[in-house]
Amino acid sequence: MSPRPHRLRKISNPPLISGFKPYGDKLKQENGPGIFLHLEEYEAIRLCDHEMLSHQQAAVMMAVSRPTLTRIHSSARKKIADAMVNGRQIIIEGGKIFYDSDWHLCSRCACYFNNPEKLTPVKECPLCHSPEFSNVTDFEK
Amino acid sequence: MKVAITSTGSTLESTLDQRFGRCSYFVIYDTETKGIEFLPNPNRDVQDGAGPASVQIVASRGAEKVISGEFGFKIKSLLESLKIQMIVLKEPGKKISEIMELLND
Repeated sequence: MSPRPHRLRKISNPPLISGFKPYGDKLKQENGPGIFLHLEEYEAIRLCDHEMLSHQQAAVMMAVSRPTLTRIHSSARKKIADAMVNGRQIIIEGGKIFYDSDWHLCSRCACYFNNPEKLTPVKECPLCHSPEFSNVTDFEK
Repeated sequence: MKVAITSTGSTLESTLDQRFGRCSYFVIYDTETKGIEFLPNPNRDVQDGAGPASVQIVASRGAEKVISGEFGFKIKSLLESLKIQMIVLKEPGKKISEIMELLND
């Protein structure tokens, strides 16, 4: 019998970087193979450690349960710690994910819109050009 | 800039179609030339894959934004990867002419 299908984790934006390479005098040439940091682990670090959200809030944003998020987050921290201590390279790649950008709600015309150009911030509603809009975290159609 | 709007009919008085994949007509509106094109949707009664096929139509016309009442799951990720902005307007009575006026603001 095949295992149950994996539940995909939601990532808002792909990371800017592809990974990290250590440098230093004491570094030997081959300190071990590179560590693969999954995209959902990157997202967990981004939400919990950079945006300072609680595990509950981050779990909602990633569309997983809170215990799952805690597991993803602690796995991410473990991998990063391993990379730092042993001088291994970090490669950000892989994971069971789907992309879904952040959605916004326009205050004037009440339309929902997304931002596919993830690197440029949203300045106005694409429909009525109003600069007033709010962020929606749990938009599902 | 070209905007695609889902429509229930082929006139400016027609209302916004609340579905994307199986809408009756696509309106392609060019905000610069003010040109309007009404395209009947061939995927309306197709059994499967109406969404991705409709995304094809919209993308091939060079639309950068799409306005509809609702986008299905498969359509969302496809439009995201094509970098086409999605606008969801949950007002069934909104006319195409009114939407065009908002865009011209």
